[in-house]
Amino acid sequence: MNIEDLHNLQNDPYNYALRLKKEGGKKVVGYFCSYTPEELIFAAGATPFRIFGTRSTINLADAHLQSYCCSPVRIALEEALSGKTTVLDGIVFPHTCDSIQRLSDIWRLNVPLPFHIDVVLPVKLNSESAREYMIDVLHKFMKELEKNLEVKITEEALRHAIALYNKIRESIKTISDMRLINPSLLKGSDFYSIVKSSMIMDRNDLAQILSHIIQDLGAKKETPDVTFRKRLVLTGAMCNHPDFYQIVEDGGGVVVWDDLCTGSRYFEGQLDSTGDPVISIAERYLHRIECPAKHSGLSTRAENLLDIVQNKNADGVVFLIHKFCDPHSFDYPYLKKHLDNERIPNTLIEMEDQASIGERLKTRFEAFLEMI
Amino acid sequence: MAEKDPEKEKRKIKAVARMKEIMTTYYIEAKMAEGTGKKVAWITSGGPVEPLIVMDVIPIYPENHGAMIGASKMGADLCEKAEIMGFSRDLCSYARSDIACAPINAGPIGGLPKPDMLICCNNICGTVLKWYEIQARHFNAPLFILDTPFCHTEFSKEAKKYVLKQLYEYIAFLERNCGKPFDYDKMKEVGRLSVEGQRLWRAVLDTAAHKPSPLSAFDAFFHLAMIVTLRGTQVVVDYYAALLNEMNERITAGIGAIPNERYRLLWDNLPIWYRTKWLSEKFASYDACLVADTYTSAWCGVLKYIDENDFLNTIAEAYSRIYLNIGIDQMADEILSIVDRYDVNGIVMHSNRSCKPYSLGQYDIQKIIREKRGIPSLIIEADMVDERSFTESQIETRIDAFMEVMRGT
Repeated sequence: MNIEDLHNLQNDPYNYALRLKKEGGKKVVGYFCSYTPEELIFAAGATPFRIFGTRSTINLADAHLQSYCCSPVRIALEEALSGKTTVLDGIVFPHTCDSIQRLSDIWRLNVPLPFHIDVVLPVKLNSESAREYMIDVLHKFMKELEKNLEVKITEEALRHAIALYNKIRESIKTISDMRLINPSLLKGSDFYSIVKSSMIMDRNDLAQILSHIIQDLGAKKETPDVTFRKRLVLTGAMCNHPDFYQIVEDGGGVVVWDDLCTGSRYFEGQLDSTGDPVISIAERYLHRIECPAKHSGLSTRAENLLDIVQNKNADGVVFLIHKFCDPHSFDYPYLKKHLDNERIPNTLIEMEDQASIGERLKTRFEAFLEMI
Repeated sequence: MAEKDPEKEKRKIKAVARMKEIMTTYYIEAKMAEGTGKKVAWITSGGPVEPLIVMDVIPIYPENHGAMIGASKMGADLCEKAEIMGFSRDLCSYARSDIACAPINAGPIGGLPKPDMLICCNNICGTVLKWYEIQARHFNAPLFILDTPFCHTEFSKEAKKYVLKQLYEYIAFLERNCGKPFDYDKMKEVGRLSVEGQRLWRAVLDTAAHKPSPLSAFDAFFHLAMIVTLRGTQVVVDYYAALLNEMNERITAGIGAIPNERYRLLWDNLPIWYRTKWLSEKFASYDACLVADTYTSAWCGVLKYIDENDFLNTIAEAYSRIYLNIGIDQMADEILSIVDRYDVNGIVMHSNRSCKPYSLGQYDIQKIIREKRGIPSLIIEADMVDERSFTESQIETRIDAFMEVMRGT
């Protein structure tokens, strides 16, 4: 597989899942959001498969969700109702925002799959009782997986999963670091395709592909990009617009880092491979920078964003927020204030999943790039 | 002065005056608290207020503030102010309007009294978490989060252990911030009063099972304020006891909430605060009385989980299993039981742009009710506080069409 294949994978992930099942005899378990403890699904012998929308028109989901529900949730339901997800052996909903919470209910009542598991994680992450509950919920989830997939999750399997996930996350981070030094090595759209594919592919194949990509990038003899590029940080939930990176790069910018759940929030944070495996998984969630639907403190996200800007030597921040996304929209004014106080240029792009960026936003964004 | 219409006067609920008096005193005391040594805590409507009463802390409800803003038609203006502050128009209008009031002491009562601490229980939504984080930053006051795991299909033993632990962390938080120990004996008394208040509120709502119903959901929206804000005190018990008496007297005298009750409807979701009168009159013009609702019954719907002799240990489950913290199939069951109890023959659902946990899933609930009881339902898309999201002509047409269907059934 090369990078082109990874792009194609995004266009039809369900076909890939079908092949995986047919050729590899593997079970495929669908999931939502980066709070799904993927390592446990992998340890249960199945391939964790994150649901991303592949279409932009909504018909069937309109009978279940109002127009003021965010597009990722509406599109996910559309995929399911149109039969795309029948390939899955089960589905896992971690608890995050109000919309995903209700999507889980609607899905459970309307989308027949062999199993449906809600992983009701704590919302608060910074207390002793929350830590205990997080560990308890992971154990509960493990038992439910064992029952539904009819397997026993052994300690050995857990340790193997942790080692593999550490390797995968470390590889993605290495690729990201290589891009930081020389952005011309790999296009933004390629990098984010790699990250998203990591949530879909057979993880053993993935680990190998990532190693190859690192080798290939290391072998490139290109001299570092000397043209002056404006270094941007993205913050929000996810970016499902490959053309967005093109717009950035055409405008003379480059995305050097992000605080996205289809970006650094997915690959940052190593699991402790020496201690209790379940506690290690819990600890990663407790210490990783949180999604705004969770709570780790009153200023954690602002501090994290300012640190990113400083450490990655960024010139500006782009808020990429889905329309009707409550948690991110509530955090926007306070994050913006922190950036403004430090005189860090920033702009807000409110978007719909899968829809094209639009000329108006494109022009506004180009003006922003020129300004900084 | 024009002569009063005796027909209308007869239908007015007399307890209203007493309610206004109690609520005014409550807000004046709260506003004067600064300097008296009494602490003020902001708390979410679904949060356990009883420990605050035990600690002699004045509870203040920003959601009640939102309702007042909506009822006094100040919503659109305040929501716009929040939008200037950077908050998207698609966010909850309770949160937006309250956030806009804080820095400039705006709103119907000139801003809420400043909090010494904030208590956020997320059993009603994820929005309160963000809202309270914003206010905790603004007022630089300590925030306690009571995290009640969502019950899609069950309240797990893991969740029970977690919530119970947090109740004791909550008490420790109060002890720290009030500088005095928690009085567990007083807790027993407050718990008993809370249960008694909830039982009486239940009894008041249940009088609507009588035909004609002595009160409507619009009346319930008004009288609800007490069980939300002063739960756990004697004043609530006395008030609802008197209100219950009045309702029973109305039943004896044959006084209904509307003159000729022919249709009995159920209201789902929060009220449209700036249009309650218009809606009430509109439905009354069709001889339709909204006899029940899912909103006001949320403050007595979990009584079955509470043991008043073991209040503190049993509210973990009660506060976690409230109407908005359960799966939509369980919500549909709840509605079906209200339909049966009150002999409801139509449903009016407010699809509330402000409230995703209440509104997303309504289409499926509507379908379940249609399948199980075969009664018609109407969905009105609007917003509880932001009048800009209310299109009168469209809503009126929809109500007219719905009532035509009701007449035909």
